[in-house]
Amino acid sequence: MLKTNLPHILSEQEHSQFLAENENLMVCCGRMGPMCIPVYEAMEELTDEYPGVKFADMEFDSPDARVIRNLPECRGFQGLPFVVYYKNGKVVKATSSIQSREQITSILDEQFGGK
Amino acid sequence: MENHYDVIIIGGGAAGMSAGIYLSRAKVKTLIINEGTIGGQMVLTHEIANYPGVETISGYELARIMKSQALKFGCTVKSNVRITELNITGSVKSVTINNKETFTSDGIIIATGGRPRSLGVKGEDDFKGRGISYCATCDGDFFQDKEIIVVGGGNSALEEAVSLTKYASKVTIVHQFDHFQAFEQYIEDAKNNPRVEMIMESRIIEFAGNEKLEKVKIENISTGAVSEKEIDGVFIFIGYEPNTGKLKGVLNLTPGGEIIVDAAMHTGVKGVWAAGDSIAKRFRQVTTAVADGTIAALSAAEYINSLKKELSLAANN
Repeated sequence: MLKTNLPHILSEQEHSQFLAENENLMVCCGRMGPMCIPVYEAMEELTDEYPGVKFADMEFDSPDARVIRNLPECRGFQGLPFVVYYKNGKVVKATSSIQSREQITSILDEQFGGK
Repeated sequence: MENHYDVIIIGGGAAGMSAGIYLSRAKVKTLIINEGTIGGQMVLTHEIANYPGVETISGYELARIMKSQALKFGCTVKSNVRITELNITGSVKSVTINNKETFTSDGIIIATGGRPRSLGVKGEDDFKGRGISYCATCDGDFFQDKEIIVVGGGNSALEEAVSLTKYASKVTIVHQFDHFQAFEQYIEDAKNNPRVEMIMESRIIEFAGNEKLEKVKIENISTGAVSEKEIDGVFIFIGYEPNTGKLKGVLNLTPGGEIIVDAAMHTGVKGVWAAGDSIAKRFRQVTTAVADGTIAALSAAEYINSLKKELSLAANN
């Protein structure tokens, strides 16, 4: 399990549940590595600022993380973490490798209409 | 006065957190403002095995402990913010974040650290995470049985080039000089590895591809000849640069942008100290950053205490 303060998605079933229960969802799929940690930290801080968005993580090496790894939107990705933004269960944006807080908030504002 | 602190520390890496721990423990009202992730370059280290008193620990865990210590002693920490205005030359210093909130202080410690250098060439931003990486431990396994390039000639570049042969079928080191700056052992290890090749006196001038990186253009620096090379991935390890852009013309900097300080970590501007990877020094380790931060904090605490004494004397007179 990832050592973050975010809710953890531990299985395909839980992933489906998160999608069903949250209109706006951001999932960071990674490891506890230097490119992933800054993204988790930004997400932890944004949790209070974006009450309309659910933030969660998923361990990249878990077999069930294929639901993220195998997304067509992640084809060509070769850098951790894979970050996927869902609206009403559909992928609206996906990024590969480290992202700054500003890059993340810009996507949140664009895809989910701000705070 | 809610937004006024005795000392503001800019930067939340090993130096900044150490300064925060010392100051807040000494009951100096302290604020740490950090533009990036708490821990700075420390969190980029997968495993730290030479931090005295700790067998092994990840940089991430060490950073978390330092933050927890600082908070426990009463330090305020604001991270992942953007500093939009900085005034440090007057007797009262001020820092504005995100264009909306301003904090003031009597003293300030600059511990802004450094960031990995990028090549700054065409296509680099487009293929970050799609073939271009700055972290071998993070992304190495995406390149199983593939051909990759490592850019750089220092210790990190040579060490990671050899490490990446665990995954890649071939690793080509591209370096701008005719010799490496790395320790001899790393050079020997790379030269003796049958999967490692070297292209010297050369640099990448363009990245190209579609969905992901497919090829690079390499220029031979001595002849000017440009060639194309098909490649699956490129790892860039060309050192770090100090985060001191906002301090040009304000503090005394080296031509490389590092802050010049004295033995007490003082910058020469009254009430301003600097510590960690942003200062001019030879060795950049977590331990040296911790030491710098400690010295800066003790110097700042002494200054704040003398200011308070002066104010108290003036009030009594």
